[in-house]
Amino acid sequence: MKKTGLDGTFRLDRFLLTNLVPLLFIGLSAVAIPISQFSGAYLVQEMMIRLARNSFLVLSLLIPIIAGMGLNFGMVLGAMAGQIGLILITDWMILGLPGLTLAALIATPIAMVLGWMCGAILNRAKGREMVTSYILGFFINGLYQLVVLYGFGKVVPIKSADLVLSRGFGVRNAVNLLGIRNCLDNLIPLSIQGIRVPLGTFLVIGLFCLFIVWFRRTKLGQDMRAVGQDMDVARSAGIPVERTRIVSIVISTVLAAYGQIIFLQNIGTMNTYNSHEQAGMFAIAALLVGGASVARATLPNVFVGVILFHLMFVVSPMAGKYLIGEAQLGEYFRVFVSYGIIAVSLVLYEWRRARDRAYARRSLRGGEV
Amino acid sequence: MGKLGSFVDHVGWPRVIIAVFLLLLFVAAPFVEVRLDASIGDTLVRFGMNGVLVLAMVPMIQSGCGLNFGLPLGIIAGLLGAVTSLELNLTGLAGFAAALAIAVPFGLLFGWAYGRLLNKVKGGEMMIATYVGFSSVAFMCMMWLLLPYRNPTMVWGYAGKGLRTTISVQEYWGGVLSDLLGIRVTDFLSVPTGMLLFVGLMCLLVWAFFHTKTGTAMTAVGTNPDFARASGIDIDRMRTLSVMMSTTLGAVGIIVYQQSFGFIQLYMGPFFMAFPSVAAILIGGASVHKATLTNVLIGTFLFQGILTMTPSVINSMLQTDMSEVIRIIVSNGMILYALTRVTRVNSK
Repeated sequence: MKKTGLDGTFRLDRFLLTNLVPLLFIGLSAVAIPISQFSGAYLVQEMMIRLARNSFLVLSLLIPIIAGMGLNFGMVLGAMAGQIGLILITDWMILGLPGLTLAALIATPIAMVLGWMCGAILNRAKGREMVTSYILGFFINGLYQLVVLYGFGKVVPIKSADLVLSRGFGVRNAVNLLGIRNCLDNLIPLSIQGIRVPLGTFLVIGLFCLFIVWFRRTKLGQDMRAVGQDMDVARSAGIPVERTRIVSIVISTVLAAYGQIIFLQNIGTMNTYNSHEQAGMFAIAALLVGGASVARATLPNVFVGVILFHLMFVVSPMAGKYLIGEAQLGEYFRVFVSYGIIAVSLVLYEWRRARDRAYARRSLRGGEV
Repeated sequence: MGKLGSFVDHVGWPRVIIAVFLLLLFVAAPFVEVRLDASIGDTLVRFGMNGVLVLAMVPMIQSGCGLNFGLPLGIIAGLLGAVTSLELNLTGLAGFAAALAIAVPFGLLFGWAYGRLLNKVKGGEMMIATYVGFSSVAFMCMMWLLLPYRNPTMVWGYAGKGLRTTISVQEYWGGVLSDLLGIRVTDFLSVPTGMLLFVGLMCLLVWAFFHTKTGTAMTAVGTNPDFARASGIDIDRMRTLSVMMSTTLGAVGIIVYQQSFGFIQLYMGPFFMAFPSVAAILIGGASVHKATLTNVLIGTFLFQGILTMTPSVINSMLQTDMSEVIRIIVSNGMILYALTRVTRVNSK
């Protein structure tokens, strides 16, 4: 984050401009927390849980941003792969950490195939990656429903009667994940002043952050940055642009699958036909709230975003209730904020891009810049 | 064979497949004891219900603003008109006309602001349109709770305020268009003549507009912005105008939809309404840059035909309800096809 001007001094206006969204959220929270009457300890515990639950999903968005492909709305593909893994291990009754690992192992090849497909399609839609990956999410959701609602129990054998709809095939609406619930969170029990810390999950997230830091420095990571800056220049420098873009989406999709598995082991129940739909929207909104843009996202953006976004999430229904006497209003407010923040971020990004293009055109014409 | 090949190339593979699929469904219907006349009747009703909403795609596509994923904004204008008309206790055609009269100014106003916004983000319209639609729906969720509507048939009974999620218009202006000049062919098939005529009238207006000087200029902006600028056309003004038209048509479209459906759906109701309309016009053969009225009519008929026929026919054949999944795959597959095809043309 650039906090200093060209001469090296701290520039307040520039700091405010680049961090407008997080600052706005801090302001909103500062107003809403006292109104909601939640205790500090409760909020800290709640934020701890939500950091563990959501960070990995948000982290999976980073790599396509480096490769200049914008926010990967196609991460829901990975989430679906993760859920297929979870359904299968629940049926096979494999509990605890081995179950979790096996779910991840099953999800990996599925996510790789889906990610490769997504990358290949996005290569045919350069310049409109976001809207295409967004629609692709819906399309694959249709295929997912076809498989899970009609294939499971018919083509793929499902033994457990608790999982299958009464008609004999198709997975039930809710899948109970009691067998693996919190198994990663409670792997290393730790409690500070009565606040439980899901250390196991934090360790996995920490390892993954190290992976990203390392990855950025590898040849592939540098190639991705070059592709993200300018595809034509990268191509003339001998970087296989199409392949690099596909790889970035494959990595993101696989990580999203792991992220969804971690997310659901914390929640403990899976909403077979809805859990993945929300995953994408909340992860993207959280990242943007943390101050990231479509073209630029850092690790601090992820964690600041998760905390601020979910603070709003916890606080707003109660604040709505005490302020206007209607919890529903707070509920709608947070939905509005989630979508509004994505809309505003996209507008700011495209606006800057359009302005830059206009400047470039004017300078080509030889006019005043 | 060569003739057939060139025909298929001209019409486009997805459209041919969908048309053949629909034809097969109609042929198969009598064999699985689905009444053909009821099916045709349903298809006609749904064609009329959705026609204007699909038509709302045309102006924005023509002016180069892409697929109007922001249709919910227009729908909200329509909802405001409908709810206000009910609040005034207007019934029959007067109520319907009042709903239109109130909705149109809102549509123009929202469209103007929305168009100004889209002018600032040229090239990224579709994604932003989607989220402008979503956030406006979420914003209106709060407004429906807070706005001072008091008609007891519309608000929650126990609180006396806050609009219900679905409001019946049956007592007010439900079916006024559909039943107007309605022709009853059999017990199961009646033609909603009034509604079809209204859709036709709207199409005629749009057709006439695109043959005026302004309309031609709008098409020029969409086809070749540089050429348009060189011939002295104000690009931003044309684009704003097209967005205003699209949004207003969306407002009119939802009111036509409601009078046939019988209910106003508030809150999250309009959320995903853009997608069926986008899919319909693409199935009709439109691309991201070009849409005609033929695309609207054929697309609405094919898409709504499939939506009507799959539940009844496929269910009787397979004894399972797969219509929802087929709808998701067909509509989103179609949008995906259009999005990837355009770039190939562009990159050449």
